[in-house]
Amino acid sequence: MFEAIAFYLFSFLTIAMFYITVTTSQALYALSALAAGMIFISAFFFILGADFLGAVQIVVYSGAVMALYAFGMMFFDTTRDVKEKKGNKYLITGLATLAAILVVVIVSAPLIGENISAYYPMTEGAGNTQEIGMVLFTKYLVPFELAAVMLLVAMISGIVLAGKKMDLSLTLMSDREIIEMREEKNKKVLL
Amino acid sequence: METAYLIETVIKIVVVLLVFSALAGLGTYFERKVLAFMQRRLGPMNVGPYGLLQVAADGVKLFTKEDVIPQNVVAPIFKIAPVVTAATAFMAAAAIPFLPQFTIFGYTVHPIVADINIGILYILGVMGVGLYGPLLGGMASANKFSLISAARGAAVFISYEVVTGLSILAPIMMVGSLSLIDFNNYQAGGFGDWIIWTQPVAFVLFWIAAFAETGRTPFHLIANDHEIIDGFGTEYSGMRWGLFFIGEYANMFFMSFVIPLLFLGGFGDGSLLGALGLLGKMAFFFFFFLWTRAAWPDVRPDQLMWLCWKVLMPIAVLNILVTAIVLM
Repeated sequence: MFEAIAFYLFSFLTIAMFYITVTTSQALYALSALAAGMIFISAFFFILGADFLGAVQIVVYSGAVMALYAFGMMFFDTTRDVKEKKGNKYLITGLATLAAILVVVIVSAPLIGENISAYYPMTEGAGNTQEIGMVLFTKYLVPFELAAVMLLVAMISGIVLAGKKMDLSLTLMSDREIIEMREEKNKKVLL
Repeated sequence: METAYLIETVIKIVVVLLVFSALAGLGTYFERKVLAFMQRRLGPMNVGPYGLLQVAADGVKLFTKEDVIPQNVVAPIFKIAPVVTAATAFMAAAAIPFLPQFTIFGYTVHPIVADINIGILYILGVMGVGLYGPLLGGMASANKFSLISAARGAAVFISYEVVTGLSILAPIMMVGSLSLIDFNNYQAGGFGDWIIWTQPVAFVLFWIAAFAETGRTPFHLIANDHEIIDGFGTEYSGMRWGLFFIGEYANMFFMSFVIPLLFLGGFGDGSLLGALGLLGKMAFFFFFFLWTRAAWPDVRPDQLMWLCWKVLMPIAVLNILVTAIVLM
């Protein structure tokens, strides 16, 4: 019974929060509602007994939305309404509804077609975290490693974009060019 | 069984809430006294013996003060921000075992609200959400100092989360579990089994990150009085401001429980001596928070980010590598 109460409570809260996120024209409301919705989603993981995923949901999304706040702070005056440029209202609503229905159908069709069943039996005596580790390093090893490589690429490109003179490579430059560059740098320091 | 469990949990929640709200109040008294003695002053003396009733006086003042909502603030967010800080601090406490289990009137009590098997991850995650309080308060305040404080809050959050996560990873690899009870049992053999002897680097890193997590002095940059008034708290008054304070002090107490549980043996084998030992260690770490405030200057935001990203994070990664090689 408590499970049902918790489920309906949190589904209502989650949907309400994301509704606010989409409809409001106040950047601060939208961001806060997004953060709250993300954290309410973790409740579903806890209800289903997937404690690890629930905690990871909180850790990851609280950090991610925090970065969004930083951007919001830089781009908007967050205490005022943002003036949105609205095109054809009906077209946007129609397309958005269609896309949402399509996503639901795509995800749920296989579930209805072949009755949903667990692929892997529970391992006796293994906790939540160990189970995820076992699946991640056996069946899903390749996607997992690919995601890791992608994140590494993203990190390196981020460093290159943000750093100064990262487009120069000392190994590709001749000695003379390096000496010239050093002298230029020294001049700047002296000035 | 179900009803008994429910009643027991509710009682535990109420006890934790009441005890730590009261302790947060007392924490302000301890802080003033400790700071005063370290600066050769007397601190609060006039209200009650040794100024002990100062806490009650502060409480009366905070509760009866007018709750001002300034004109240009984003009212709903402004009102909810202090609640976020206080609520998340107490939510994090749900997974902390405060004492070993004991029997009272023939009934065994586990002094932990919810023994979930990913305790430490949950605690750190929910404590991290606590920084949303200053962030939201600062951004909703329509005050330039508050906005600077919110920006610093976001920077601090993104920097220290990495260090906490990475530093705690090496001990987790050794114990093989995320539950604080398992951490405690791993170290139950006594003084020589404490994780601090095998993971001194992780201990120091986690301790440093704890200061950033609670926003205490070397990293008190989100509310630095001499630069940005009270930062996110500038526009707040009355009990809303008080909630920020309760959240901060409750977080300090919970952090002081978590550090000994992770690295210093926790409550050991669960005897009375072990329980008192945990309380003693907690008291030391809480005192250390105050000591640091009296002894150290604050760092600048860029210095904190430099420290977290360029010094602490590489050390933490190296520590994980070495631990992994040794464990293999």
